[in-house]
This record gives sequence, structure tokens and C-alpha cells, in this order.
Amino acid sequence: MNLIREKRKLAPGVYEFWIENNHIVKYAQPGQFVVMRLHEKAERIPITIAGKKDDSFRAVVRAVGKSTYELCMAKEGDSIMDIAGPLGRPSEIGFYGNVMLVGGGVGIATLLPIAEALKAQGNRLYVVLGGRSKEYVIMLEEFSKLADQIVITTDDGSFGIKGVVTDGMQMLFEREKIDIVWAVGPTIMMKFCSMKAKEHGVRIWVSLNPIMVDGTGMCGACRVTVNGKIRFACVDGPEFEGELVDWDELLKRLAQYRNEEEHSLKLFMERVGDLSWL
Amino acid sequence: MKPSPKKTPMREQEAKERIKNFFEVPFGYSEEEAVLEAGRCLQCPAKPCVSGCPVGIDIPGFIRKIRERNFPEAARILKLYNNLPAICGRVCPQETQCEAKCVVGKIPGSEPVAIGRLERFVADWEAEHSIQSQVEIAPAKHKKVAVVGSGPAGLTVAADLAKRGYEVHIFETLHKPGGVLVYGIPEFRLPKSIVEREVNYVKSLSVQIFLNMPVGRAIPVKDLLREYDAIFIGVGAGTPKFMGIEGTNLNGVYSANEFLTRVNLMKAYLFPEYDTPVRRGKKVIVVGGGNVAMDAARSALRLGAESVTVVYRRTEQEMPARREEYLHALEEGIKFYWLTQPIRYVGNEKGEVVGVECISMRLGEPDESGRRRPIPIEDSRFILEADTVIEAIGTEANRFLLSQFDGLKLNKYGYIIADENTCATSMRKVFAGGDIVTGAATVIEAMGAGKRAAEWIDRFLSGEYDPWK
Repeated sequence: MNLIREKRKLAPGVYEFWIENNHIVKYAQPGQFVVMRLHEKAERIPITIAGKKDDSFRAVVRAVGKSTYELCMAKEGDSIMDIAGPLGRPSEIGFYGNVMLVGGGVGIATLLPIAEALKAQGNRLYVVLGGRSKEYVIMLEEFSKLADQIVITTDDGSFGIKGVVTDGMQMLFEREKIDIVWAVGPTIMMKFCSMKAKEHGVRIWVSLNPIMVDGTGMCGACRVTVNGKIRFACVDGPEFEGELVDWDELLKRLAQYRNEEEHSLKLFMERVGDLSWL
Repeated sequence: MKPSPKKTPMREQEAKERIKNFFEVPFGYSEEEAVLEAGRCLQCPAKPCVSGCPVGIDIPGFIRKIRERNFPEAARILKLYNNLPAICGRVCPQETQCEAKCVVGKIPGSEPVAIGRLERFVADWEAEHSIQSQVEIAPAKHKKVAVVGSGPAGLTVAADLAKRGYEVHIFETLHKPGGVLVYGIPEFRLPKSIVEREVNYVKSLSVQIFLNMPVGRAIPVKDLLREYDAIFIGVGAGTPKFMGIEGTNLNGVYSANEFLTRVNLMKAYLFPEYDTPVRRGKKVIVVGGGNVAMDAARSALRLGAESVTVVYRRTEQEMPARREEYLHALEEGIKFYWLTQPIRYVGNEKGEVVGVECISMRLGEPDESGRRRPIPIEDSRFILEADTVIEAIGTEANRFLLSQFDGLKLNKYGYIIADENTCATSMRKVFAGGDIVTGAATVIEAMGAGKRAAEWIDRFLSGEYDPWK
């Protein structure tokens, strides 16, 4: 169980893993996630399920803190100590008509199973993928097969339009009548996507990534305010309607352990040495 | 020598030392101390203590063996009734159970026999001497039982059914077995090595434990219903409640479940050696008056807080925490604000909590719980400074999991309706016990339910009795 069958570098510091786990492969639905614990002293980290084949599911991870660096350093043939899942409510897949899908960073990977399921329902897919520069726009090939139209944005203009994903959204809103939007990416991106969707009066789903501990509804670390009510992202989400999310509160909550995270990463870097190759 | 009217004292870490570490507070009895204490038992024929025990341990029986210095036999007797004696000896509220009924305690000026301490002694003695008391396991019955949750109820029902010859599989959502014993109760009250030892005993009876298995997600309930002859639900009441006052989502406001899970299960007190962090607050406020509030307060102190204050809306008389826990907290310097209710958390521009606005209360007429209802006093608001707040105001049922059991009847609080005696639910072959039936209660009550459930599951599966007919 939990054996890393394949590992591939998708972008600097971004890795794709195919991890063996029968329960997750059997029952995972689009939008769900797993919680992993790498070793006895490790944190529990939530990671969305970005596809499945045979007996393995895909996880796409960007190295940002100690735990994700450590995971990105894992090799094919290694095993992950604990993986619990699938967790969270699945995406509300159905026929909507014209669906806009907006992905940023590793959120693009989370979006892929949602895109596949929506396509299978007969929706037309209008896709916006964004990244810092060309190399960070991952999984383009997979999306090209599914999308009816696709717009790429990069911060530095090295690929597609120079700009951010909301610029891509604006372009598509002007061209097509969009019935519903899914946006997955960094929290700040999803905040602006929600504002953009609201501007055009279109419903939007976002997949939130607050700090979690157990990921099964028993601690409340991941609580967010949605429509004025306390909701737990792990069991009530991770997807919520973006217009209803208290984004500023969520952004502050994400910074809650910044000092500890920096300290932990610094100690780790001192121990393992140069990690720029990741 | 005439027996002392007082319990033989148990040595413990000094308060000023123990607030700097997470090691267990009491040290336990030596053999001499245990034999001395066992000598206080009258061996009275009426044995009222046994009726005070939710699992009905032959208390005078094991105490007599201690007096005879036959510790292995004392351990064997204990294990006949209780699969987790080292845990019960530590966390049972003996003062309201066995010890409350003890005849010695009824003599004016006399304390009851220290049954809890003796139970702990025997369990620890057995472990230290690496003796595994011989347990008789009935011949295989070729029937399978699934147990959902590996807390006190689940471990008990599993162990008892395994002894009766059933094949038992436990499904646990977290990465460690034990439920509240590992995520809730702190190391200084119940060392995790002891939980592990007791879990290993349950495993030694051929019980299989599957970790990281959220039932309803990683394994559908219909699969359980198909593959097992009976199911026991012992998932506890794990969803934290929040008061929901303004500022609840400020940084530094925790549910007790989150705070304790970080500290106990994830070992955040050893950060950065362990990866999970927890806020080490200087001024900590804990809301609530139960055992969980005491655990949270005493943990916060050990993480280096300058001051820890418990605010409780009733008074010392009504607080549900065990006396022993309250006294330990007082000794350690924890402050208490009685008749105080938080009404708002005050935050700064970074979204961090900096204070708690409270209102004073007075006690009115008794409510449905029989305790006098707290009523706010107008114009009595004041602000307490705080950089960390822990709400320990109770927990409720995990609604998602239960919704997966199609046809399972719940009460108005969302807990499972199960027969008090048989633990049978509204669904055929599904039994339930522990906090998911009663709401948050004690470890031993959950174990008591586990014991009864094992008995009735056995009768059901052997065709002797059908609770659904």
C-alpha cells in the first residue's frame, strides 16, 4: 500500500506522483482529496486527487514548506506511511452547458478530474490556465484534449497572454455565454476569480485549501466563513461557491503558522543541503 | 497494625516541576504501597463497589490477590472484566463509581479504598514484568464483526468478541488507534505508550485494526453490511462545537479538539522535531468547565504560557470536571473565572485574537440538566487579554458518517438511538455504543457499552436472541 509507482517532474519544484492505494482508486470522485503523513514525525497534509489509473492515484505537489519539500524528495519505490481518503464532498458534476474552468499553479492538476467528468456529461469546456511563466503551465496536453477553447496566461508573457487568469476569464466571458465556473489555484487567485465571475453574474465553485489537521471533521482547523456561517472545508467542502467565501479571513488564517513554517523549513534546509535542483 | 483511615498516598511530580514537562503526573504505587492499600479493603460480602463499576470488575477479588502478593493472579482477574485496566486505573472517575460505593469510605473520617490506584498498579506491574496473563479464547465461530472506531468502546467490543471466537476488524479513520485516548487525553494524564500497550493486547487477541479508513469514504457502508455479520458503531462524538460568537475564526482561537489533537496525536509539544506546530500562547484563555477544559488548560501551561485562565459560566459547584483534575489544575497555578461567559473575541488587523470580551453571569432556576441556569448580568462586560483561546464547550456527532447508514435512527441531538441494554440500533445487525449514543461521556461508560454490546452481539449471532424481532 501507498507505494510510489511513478514520479515525474512537471515544473521546477512541482512533481507528479502515482501512488498505489486501492481504496482511493476505487472510491475517489472528482474534487476529493487525501490526507498524507510521510513518517512518524510528519504532519498530516491534505492533497487533492488529480486522477487515477490501474491501482494508483495521482498527486501533484509543489514544494513550498518542509513537508512538501520532503514529499517532493521521495523516490519511486518509496512508500508513504499513511494515506487516508478519499475525503471531502465530491464536485457537483452535471450538465450545465458552457463551463469555464480556471486553473492556476498546481490547482491545474486538481481541476483535471473535474474537467474530465464535466466533459463526460456533455458540457462544453472553456479553459483558462495560468502560471508564473511557461514552464509552470502544467498538464496543457491533457487539457488540450478536453477543452473546446483554451486560453493560457503567464505573468511574464513567456507563453500565451501576458497577464493573470482573470484576464483570460474576461476574454472568454466576452466571447461566450458561460453557465458556471470552476476555479482552482492559489487562494488569492480564487478570490479574484470569484469577483470576476460575480461581475458577470455567473456562479463559481472554488476548491479551498485552508490549514487542516485531521481532515475528517474532528478539529475545525480548516473552518471558513461561507455565507456568514462557519463551515469545515474538510467535510463541508473543499468546494464552496466563491461568491459566498470570506476570502480575507481565509487569507489571514493561511498565514497563521508562517513563523513556524519558516523555522521548520530553515532547519530542514540546513540538514539536507541545497534543494534548488528540485 | 490498624489500617489507616486515609488512602495510601501516591507519589507524584511536584507542581512546579511538572508544569515544565509532559510526563505523567502521578508515579503509581510500589508493591509495598499497593499491598498496604489492599489491606484497607474489608472484603465485605456485599461488594457494593462492583455495582459501581460499569464493567462489573470483581474488585474485592483482585484486591485480595494483591494482599496475598499474587500479582499475576490479580492481573488475570482484572483482565477477565476489563481489557484496558492501565487506562481505566488512570482516567476513570472512581470517586463517583466504585469508590463512591466502598464501605470503608462510609465510615466517618475514612476515605474509600483507592481502587483506581490499585487497578493501575496491577496493570503496570503486569506490563513491567512482561507477563501476558493467559486469556482463554473460544473456538472460532466463523462469523465476522466490523467495528467502526478504535476508541474505548470499539476496543472493548472488539476484544470481548475476539475472546468469544469472532473474527473482528476495526476500522479507524486516523493514523493511530485509540480514538480519544490518543488525540484527546494528554500524555501527562495518560501516556501514549500505555495506550499502545493496551491496543497491542487487543491485537494479540487476533483483532485486526485497519488505520486510515474513513468508513463511508474509503469503504462504503453497504460493503460493510454485505461482508460482516454484525457492525458496531463506536465513533464517539468527534465534531467540535463552537459558540459561534464574533471573532471565532480569528487566528489563535482553537477548538479543544484541534488544540489537543495537535499536542497529543501530532506531538506539537515537540515541534520542530515533530512537524506539526501549535501556538505557544503567553496568555491563554480556556472556555468551559469539563475535563477537556482542564486538559487543554494544563497542556497550554506546559507549552510555556505565562498565564492560563479558565472561564466558566457556572460556578465551581456545577463544573463537570473531575475533582482530581480541577485540583491538579489549581495546584499548577491555573486561574478560574466563575460565572463568566465570553461574548466576543477581539482581534487585531492581522486577524489574531488579542482579547476576550466577557459578561458576568448569575445563577437562576435549574434547567433540564438539573443545574442552575446561568443568566447574564446587564452592564457587567469586561475584557480579558489573550493571545490564545481554546473553546472546550463540548462536541457533537459526526453527521456525515451517520448519514451513510441508511435507515439509522438518530435522536434530536444527532446521536444514534440504541437500546440501552443490548446496544441494538434501528438497523438490523447494527449495534452502537459510547459517546455516539450518549453524547460526550466517560471512557469507562463507553467501555461499559462495548461490553454489553459484545454480549448481545454474541447472543444475536449465535441465534439465541434477535433484538429486531
